[in-house]
Amino acid sequence: MKKDEVPQDDMYLGTTNCRDIYYAVDEDGNYCEVPSVGWSVKNDALSLTWESISEQAEVIRNEVMEGLKSPLAYHMEMNLMTPALLSSCTGISKRVIRTHMTPEGFSQADRDTLNIYAVTMNITLDELLKV
Amino acid sequence: MKIDFRHRQAAHCESGVTSNILRYYGMELSEPLILGIGAGLFFSYMPFIRLHDMPVFSFRPLPGQIFSRVMRRLKIKVKERRFLNKDKSMKALDDLLAKGIPVGNIVGVFHLPYFPREYRFHFNAHNLCVIGKDENRTYTVSDPVSTVLNELSYDELKRVRFAKGTWPPFGKMYWVTSITNASTDIRSAIISGIKLNCRRMLDIPIPFFGVKGIAKLARSMTKWEEKYGSRKAALCLAQLIRMLEEIGTGGAGFRYMYAAFLQEAANILDKPLLRDCSKNMTSIGDLWREFAYEAARKFKQRGNDVLSYNQLSDMLMRIADEEKNFFTGLRKQI
Repeated sequence: MKKDEVPQDDMYLGTTNCRDIYYAVDEDGNYCEVPSVGWSVKNDALSLTWESISEQAEVIRNEVMEGLKSPLAYHMEMNLMTPALLSSCTGISKRVIRTHMTPEGFSQADRDTLNIYAVTMNITLDELLKV
Repeated sequence: MKIDFRHRQAAHCESGVTSNILRYYGMELSEPLILGIGAGLFFSYMPFIRLHDMPVFSFRPLPGQIFSRVMRRLKIKVKERRFLNKDKSMKALDDLLAKGIPVGNIVGVFHLPYFPREYRFHFNAHNLCVIGKDENRTYTVSDPVSTVLNELSYDELKRVRFAKGTWPPFGKMYWVTSITNASTDIRSAIISGIKLNCRRMLDIPIPFFGVKGIAKLARSMTKWEEKYGSRKAALCLAQLIRMLEEIGTGGAGFRYMYAAFLQEAANILDKPLLRDCSKNMTSIGDLWREFAYEAARKFKQRGNDVLSYNQLSDMLMRIADEEKNFFTGLRKQI
């Protein structure tokens, strides 16, 4: 890749202090470092991934409304967490977490457990209780 | 207190941290040199490990390997530690900082506040270097992805050091203990690095790694659509592209950075033929980028002439062949 072909397609990085560094060749064929704010191909890969996460979260939100799942299931999806991951973060067993992902189980979870979930997912207790 | 540490941005976190730490100790080695000496070019396709419920693809060795290889080759004494107790790990970090030692850390990026929101996944192999702590227990960190130094509170740092998920870091930290016997023989370090990289790309007898891994991925990609359904297959493809190009590869999954390394090595070793190798590696990098471009059109379904998985697989197969020829040739040069 030539130095002047380094893509500058801003979508996610422009407003942050983070940059991609590309190694590209200059006019004399020597490699140099070129900062970049992104490449459309990569931005597409990232946006597709997030689209699919929010679609899935929307499905779960509807299931919560219909009383099929608990708000915990929704917040786990938003935090990209599986029962296994949440279990290793909290020390609560996967079986218990799966129970808490149902409305009946969730209503029986005690306050301390809910607090642990909320802290782990960086939200307040109030946020955890709704979707 | 804050260590007088020159922060320099880099393409990849681990080679960047290693290069920055070495500079602090008075050894000026560029990031591509670190990558080459550490044999940092790799490929692995691990369908048996799951990240966000998709196979793991990786273009680099396991986290920590580049650092430890470079230090071993240069005969610099280092130490690394993992912890079970979070507070003890923070205490150990503080003790080192108090002695004026910059400390490399492996962290998860999900809770890194200065990272762009959209880049935060449960990815636990990011490297940064802690270089100071003030009286409010705020740490100064030098993170190669960032143009500036960043700050993390005690709790934030503790949290990212003990991230959970695939490959949890367990507060892993590493630092230099002594450079008194450091080797100045960069030439032999480069040669061993290249030899090791050839071995790793060509000789691992398991089909998931090196050029065999690329071919394996090419073969299984043809079956993705029936195995996962078109939606999930597209997501897998997107995950592959993210690993190839996401912050921290220097473009085309380290291929360009490796080409930059070969160019530098050609000068240091006085072997002009390596300059030709560098050019070949650049064209392999271009092939990867073409693949990425076509893959993105595939998963976004852009345009009428979107390639099929079979055609994408053919592109990968060609890359596998090219890389095989490349490393076989490179081995003969050394």
